[in-house]
Order: sequence, then C-alpha cells, then structure tokens
Amino acid sequence: MDSIVSNIGLTFMYSTPIIIAALGGLYAERSGVTNIGLEGIMLVGAFVSASLCYFLGLNASGGFYGNSVIPWLCVLAAGIVGALFSIIHAIASIKYKADQTISGTALNFLATGLTVFLAQIIFHQQRTPMFNNDFIRMKLPATNIPVLSFIRDVLCSTYSPFILAIILALISSFVMKKTKFGLRLRACGEYPQAAASMGVDVIKTRYIGVILSGLLAGLAGGIMVLTADQQFNSGTIHGFGFIAIATLIFGKWNAWGVLFAGLFFGFSNVIATFSGSFEIFSKVPEEAFFMLPYILTILALIITSGKSGAPKAVGEIYDEGKR
Amino acid sequence: MNKKITSAIIAVILGFTVAIIFAMILGIKNGSNGLQTYMPQDILVPMFKSFSGIDLSGKEAFNPRYIGEFIVAAIPLILTGLSVAFAWKTGLFNIGSEGQLMMGSVAATLCGLYLDLPIIIHALVCIIAAGIAGFIVGYIPGYLKAKFDVHEVVTCIMLNYACLYLANMILRMQPGFTNEKTPPIKDTALLNSDFLSSISGGSRLNWSILIVIVALIVYWFVINKTTFGYQLKAIGHNKNAAEYAGMKVKRGVAMSMGISGVFAGLAGAVLVLGIFGTGRALPGFEEYGYNGIAVALVGANSAIGVFFAGGLFSILQVSQPLLQYVGIPRDIAVIISALIIFFYAIPLLYEKYIDRYAKKREEKRIKVQQSTDSGGGE
Repeated sequence: MDSIVSNIGLTFMYSTPIIIAALGGLYAERSGVTNIGLEGIMLVGAFVSASLCYFLGLNASGGFYGNSVIPWLCVLAAGIVGALFSIIHAIASIKYKADQTISGTALNFLATGLTVFLAQIIFHQQRTPMFNNDFIRMKLPATNIPVLSFIRDVLCSTYSPFILAIILALISSFVMKKTKFGLRLRACGEYPQAAASMGVDVIKTRYIGVILSGLLAGLAGGIMVLTADQQFNSGTIHGFGFIAIATLIFGKWNAWGVLFAGLFFGFSNVIATFSGSFEIFSKVPEEAFFMLPYILTILALIITSGKSGAPKAVGEIYDEGKR
Repeated sequence: MNKKITSAIIAVILGFTVAIIFAMILGIKNGSNGLQTYMPQDILVPMFKSFSGIDLSGKEAFNPRYIGEFIVAAIPLILTGLSVAFAWKTGLFNIGSEGQLMMGSVAATLCGLYLDLPIIIHALVCIIAAGIAGFIVGYIPGYLKAKFDVHEVVTCIMLNYACLYLANMILRMQPGFTNEKTPPIKDTALLNSDFLSSISGGSRLNWSILIVIVALIVYWFVINKTTFGYQLKAIGHNKNAAEYAGMKVKRGVAMSMGISGVFAGLAGAVLVLGIFGTGRALPGFEEYGYNGIAVALVGANSAIGVFFAGGLFSILQVSQPLLQYVGIPRDIAVIISALIIFFYAIPLLYEKYIDRYAKKREEKRIKVQQSTDSGGGE
C-alpha cells in the first residue's frame, strides 16, 4: 500500500512540469506558433529558480516571509524570465517570419550555452550549488474517513505545485473555450487571415500566445528543478520539454487532454525510477527502464496519429496578403 | 554573390559579435590589475590559435598539432552536417543525428572488438556496420513520418534519449567493461596513422579524413547527379507536386531519413575507430548531432558549404579548452553556435540591407557601363 501511495505521489511530481509546460505549448500552438523551444525555456527557468533558491536559502531563517514562500518566489521569477526568454522566439518567428522549428532549436541551444556559461560566471562550476529551501512534501491533517484518508496520503507524498498544475489546466480550459481571448487565440491558429478580417490583431495575439508559453514553460522548469532535483545542471530537464510537446499532441491540443496525457507521461517516468523495487525486474538493466518514457512517447504519438486536432495554421508563417 | 552564402556569412559575423559583446558585459575576470572584463581579443586570439597553431600574442611558437586536432574535430562535424543536410533536402529536420551517431559508435565498437579480420577489411566492415546502424535509427522517424505523419523532430529527440541509454546498456554488458569504457578494440580495425600523426606534430589525425572525402563526394553525387536525389529534392520542394509526378513520396521520406542516418553512423565509427579506440558509455549527449544542424544550416545544405561550415564549427569546438584556460567559460562556443543558427533563421533582419547594397552596386555598374559605352562611341 505504501509503495502504491508513494508511486502515485511521484507520478504527480513528474507530471507537474510536463502538464504546465504542455499548457504553455497549448497557448503558443493554438495561436499558430510552434514552440519547439519549450525545452530551452524550461532549462532557463530551472537555472533561474535553482540559483535564486540557493541565494535565498543562504540566509533564510524563517524570517517574516517564511521558508515555504521561497520556492514559490523562485518559480515565479523563473516564469518571468522564461516569458522574457520566449520573446526571442516570438520576435524571430512572428516579426521576422523565421522557420519556427529552426528558431525554436536555436532557443534550445542558446539555453544550454547560456545557463552553463552563467553558472560558470556566478558559481565557477558547470552547475549551481545544492539548494536547501526547495519544495517540501505537502502536510495535511490526518483523517480516518476511508477514501479521504487515501487521498490525503497521496497528496502528502507529493508536492504542492501539482495543485497549481491542475488549477492551471482548469483555467486554461476555461480561457480557451469560454473567453473572448481564447476564441481569438484559436482563430489565429486555425485561419489567421479570417481572424484578421474580423478585426483580430493576429500579430499581437500570437505574441501573447508565445509569451504565455514562455511564462508557463519557465514556471515548469523552475518547479521541476525544485521538486525532482537538488541542484541545476545542463541535464536537469533531460527532454521533458519535448515530452511536453508530445503531451500536447497526445492530449489533442486541449487542456483536459493535456492533463491526462501529462499524468500518463509522468507515470512512465515512475516505472523508470522504481523498477528496482520489483523482484522480477531485478535482472533487467536499469537503462532499459530509463528508455521507457521516451519509447512510450513515440508509441503514444503513433496511436494518436491520423486523428489529430492540430490547429490548422500552426507552424505556418502569417502572411497578411494570403487569402 | 549567392544570397545564401551572404546570409551565412552575415549570420556568422552577427553570431560572433553578439556573443562577444555578451561575454564583455557579463564576464568579469580577475585580471592582473584587479577586476576587468573580457575584451574581444581574449576570445579571438585563442580561437585563432586553436585552428592555425599560430599564437598571435607571440608567447608560443607555431605548433602544427593544433591544425591536426582541428581537422580531427572537423571530421565528425562534417559528417553529422551532411546527415542533417541530406534530410533537409527532402524537407525533413533530422535532429536525431546524435542518436544515430551513438548507435553507429556501438556497432563499430562491437565489430572492432569481436571480429577477426585482416587490416583495412576489418576497418571497412566496422564502418559499414556503423552505417547500417545509423540507417536503422534514422529510418524509424522517417518511416513514422511517412506512414503515420508523426512529427520527426519529436520522434528524433525521443530516439536520441532512447539511443543514449540503449548504447550505454549494450556497452556496459560487454566483458571487460571498466571505467565507463570497453576494452580497446583490435588494432586491425583502427584508423590510426603514425604518418599523419607525425606530420601534424603528434596529433590524433587519422585515416578517417578519407571517409569524409568519400562521404562528401557521395553526398554531392547523390543529390546532384542521380534520379533518386532529384526525387528527394522534388519532395522537399513540393510534396504534392512530387506525388502527382508519380514519385513515391512516402518511400522517399523514409529513405531520406535512413540515408541521413548513415552519415551520422559514419561519424560514430570515426569517433571509435579514429579517435578513441574504445566504446565509451556516456553520461549525456556530446552535441555532435546538434552541432550538425548548425553546420548544415550555415553550409546551406551543399557538400562544399558543409565542408567549410564543418571547419568553422570545429574552430568553436577546439577553441573551448583554450578559452577555458584563459578563464572564459567554454560554453561561449555553444552560445556562438546558437546565435549563428538564430541569425541564419531570420534573414529578414538583414536581407533588405543586402538587397539595397546589391541594388546600389547594380546601379553603379550600369552607370559605369553607360559611361564607357558613351566613351567608346566618341
């Protein structure tokens, strides 16, 4: 029972950054811009929040802001820096009409170089030092009610940002389906020329879409490093940004789909980490389990192929003159 | 001048400039007279030394070893560059060269360890095995793209991670695996050359330069001189038109990725047979595949372009230790590559200036011609 609870908790932990980053991808792709650079933005977010967490943790003594606020401040900063970093992609792909895949790839490289470069300048090593004021597991009062106590145990074995991921998914679903902004955003991704003819500012909407994706991806990176890691290094994100893109595809470009696809990919990571605790798997090399999330991602993409709900104009350069 | 070449050169210059300005703003070092920032020459002098062996600051004498190491580093970059460029000709983005290279390395290692063959033939068998391994890993995303329309970029990245762990798993299973390395592969499979090493001041220069030359010629020949290459280019330009013209688009897409993987697999063979001599389990990516993207972009996907771009990015690679030595984080080279890709992706930023310049030159030329014409008439 205990191992089930802790595995569910870990599933939630890994799902959190995947869901949040995929929601970021949702805003960008719904507005018509592919953001292959999610991985890079997450890396930048992770670096910012790990560094900040280290510095704030140095002389944190539970002062007036309390130690539990520190990680939230760090991920907030990560989100803001992620949003700023994504402006590079927005300018390249919207203003200068770059190939969005190439521009996103450049962003990923830039993030790898930039974060490690800055780590060397600031900390004189290729990674940040260990931080100690990261997220801690949730603490909830104990109960005896059967179902509630199980839910309590599960929540107590995971981290609070998971709640944020669910809230963000709910908000995103509402924004996309029920608000004027969401409708305009989707219109820009489906048929930008038609949206423009109805008076929607396609350029501005796409900028907002990409910057929101940067904000969420930065947040996701910050959360990932502060929950799953003890320090930042260039391998901190190890492909989760791309798994987030796969999550978006698997979740058919809507917020609820992203939530459940994200849980699935989070679970595939748990199989990798906790294979060792099962007797039957003890002979299998651990690398085989490390491969699993990535192979499952490919299989998931094959299964979802054909019936995709991708925005029609995603990845296309917006040409005002086209009809 | 060709517009693509101009764009590439401008992207390179802009990339270097922005990265150096960035380093000057952020990089503060402990110099002889207190804190000071990096100056452009702090970066450019080690870079120049890293490929020419000439120390511009005059502290060290000319050393041909640097030239040898520069060529050694360029070889895998040119091969992965060809790999990315080949897929690009068909409109595909092969970001999976990294994984294809790793599996190529594994295949070459296994053949080098366990086969008993005479010299030269053994090396050739290892190289072919690496090519086949690369083909298989490259074919998977191509096939999935053709058959299921799965985005090749996501598949390729996922395969890169899968290959990293698979390669490590296979290598760690080999008897005698210690210290993250397999036992040395047999001498008959090595591409080492005492002659090449001695003329380049004891560098690791080896016969894999022959592989690169053959690969460049094959690439040029397939793309420019064969029906198959023509079909691939047609698919890259317009899938539907190619389909209507009776070309097998799906087969073309899958084959293009497969052949692209062969070039990356060869790069893997070069690393094992020419440079390291053992199979190595890696903690993470070595970024050969990613640099291949930059090489292919800057080289405008042509054989000769990839050759020169491979040289350029080799400079960025070999200068890293020298930069680190003078206190500049080696990752400045990664930043420069990223910026070059970025600036190459946004030609609109500077194309209007190129056009304006070209127009001006054209007008000048016409003026000169008119004046000489009228002069001749008198």
